[in-house]
Amino acid sequence: MRRARGRFTPYLMILPGGLWLAAFFVVPMALMVSLSLQTGNLVDGFRQTFHWQNYTYALDTYRDAFLRSLWYGLLATAACAALSYPAAYWIAFRAGRHKSTYLVLLLLPYFVSYVLRTVSWKLVLTDNGPLLGPLRDHGILPQDFHVLDTGFAVVSGLTYNFLPFMVLPIYVALERIDPRLVEAAHDLYASRAQAFARVVLPLSLPGVLAGVIMTFAPASADYVNAEVLGGPRDTMVGNVIQAEYFDNGAYPVASALSFALMAVLLLGVFAYARALGARGARSVLDVAAGR
Amino acid sequence: MTPRPREAVSGLRVYTLLLIAWLLLPVAVMIAFGFNDAHGKQNFRWEGFTLRWYAHLLDKGDLTTAVLNSLTIALLSTLVSTVIGTLAGIALGRHRFRGGGAANLVLLMAISCPEIVMGASLLSMFVTFGVPRGYPTVLAAHVMFSIAFVAVTVRARVARLDPAVEEAARDLGAGPWTRFRLVTLPMIRPGVVAGALLAFTLSVDDFVITGFTGGATVTFPLWIYGSTRTGTPPQVNVMGTLIFASGALIAVVVARRTAAAAGPQARDR
Repeated sequence: MRRARGRFTPYLMILPGGLWLAAFFVVPMALMVSLSLQTGNLVDGFRQTFHWQNYTYALDTYRDAFLRSLWYGLLATAACAALSYPAAYWIAFRAGRHKSTYLVLLLLPYFVSYVLRTVSWKLVLTDNGPLLGPLRDHGILPQDFHVLDTGFAVVSGLTYNFLPFMVLPIYVALERIDPRLVEAAHDLYASRAQAFARVVLPLSLPGVLAGVIMTFAPASADYVNAEVLGGPRDTMVGNVIQAEYFDNGAYPVASALSFALMAVLLLGVFAYARALGARGARSVLDVAAGR
Repeated sequence: MTPRPREAVSGLRVYTLLLIAWLLLPVAVMIAFGFNDAHGKQNFRWEGFTLRWYAHLLDKGDLTTAVLNSLTIALLSTLVSTVIGTLAGIALGRHRFRGGGAANLVLLMAISCPEIVMGASLLSMFVTFGVPRGYPTVLAAHVMFSIAFVAVTVRARVARLDPAVEEAARDLGAGPWTRFRLVTLPMIRPGVVAGALLAFTLSVDDFVITGFTGGATVTFPLWIYGSTRTGTPPQVNVMGTLIFASGALIAVVVARRTAAAAGPQARDR
């Protein structure tokens, strides 16, 4: 009796979570794939007709927005990595006992709601706003200088909003490096640059790679930044999906686009993990899980 | 030390401080414009200092409702997902069983799935089954995405536990419930607390999934988003400032307490 109960314990413990995820994650995914192949409209309802043309239509019509999303995601990821690394390095190696203070300062802005943060950026970047307004009034910037409604504004918004996903894994990887390894490199007559390039950088690379995975997918799928900071020519695929669902009621096309987006992102992440090799992928996952 | 490397180091220090300043700029603007004596619908030109918006914080009834919705949904979903997620995390961290691999895969997918795809798929389901969207559907969705984060956080903690401690408790005659309450739970508590904080933050901040599952139910982020078309009132800045201040305060307190608790161990490293 006792042994039998022991064998079932893990199933009992995982049952509520498993059922919840099945009902609100797995089943919806399956239904979305099914909906992406249906035809019909909001008034008459949708019927399953295995209409694969939903996909070709969606990808033909919105190819630009789709590619722009991946491109903006890539730019924002690169910018996040470039901005994060030096700061994470300094905090991990040089901040001494103020390490956690600086880390908290770096993460403090993210206690502001995501949408509000983005709206505040809009305020900062508005033509007549508190930053650009005075600069233009005093002739420091030309009158036709704009930041808002450009691709640059969208990418910098993405960079701003997803920076913690890059800073944290890089910091964790750097923080775990034994400083004695760097000292050993110096004892063996490595210059500072050599010690960095041959000891610190390779050891911290899993953190950067984990950060890339954690930043790229959500940044590419985002639509808040493009909506708030971008103009009509900076539409990302998320904006299209949102509009197809809520403005046009074109549920099958919107489902097809969502599924295509997820497939591309997952395949991308998978291929990237494969390229890193099994060992690389494992250390990336270790860093991502904070182990 | 030669002077040159030290120069390079202080350069990095200046850079880090500049980065922090850039990150804090929109926050500073948000706080400042909560004190702006704005008269028109737009709140982006400084018109003088006032405490008017703090005094009239609750004047916008639907904004107050939205903030209350955000807070109650976050509290409820944190409560439910922490219990369910902790159970799943313990099961996955301690036991090897058939289906465990599949469960881990579902957790990984739930964490890495883009929010808009999650929202779109939930909307597809509610449309297919004719479920009206509102408060309960938002709550169900928030519990769903929080479970995965809690389970993974707890799992990492459980995997590092020494099984000998629990065996010792069993040898001393403790039953399963006593073992869980007096031995396992205290040891995994930091993981559970971290998971719960993560769940609360994710829920309060969620915009995309709530937008897809909310119907007419509006939360704080959705209200702000809707207001951008007509002009965001200063009350939003005030609410944002208050939420920011309490969040930062809680984070500092928790960080200090964990630092104090981890102090002796941290010195060993």
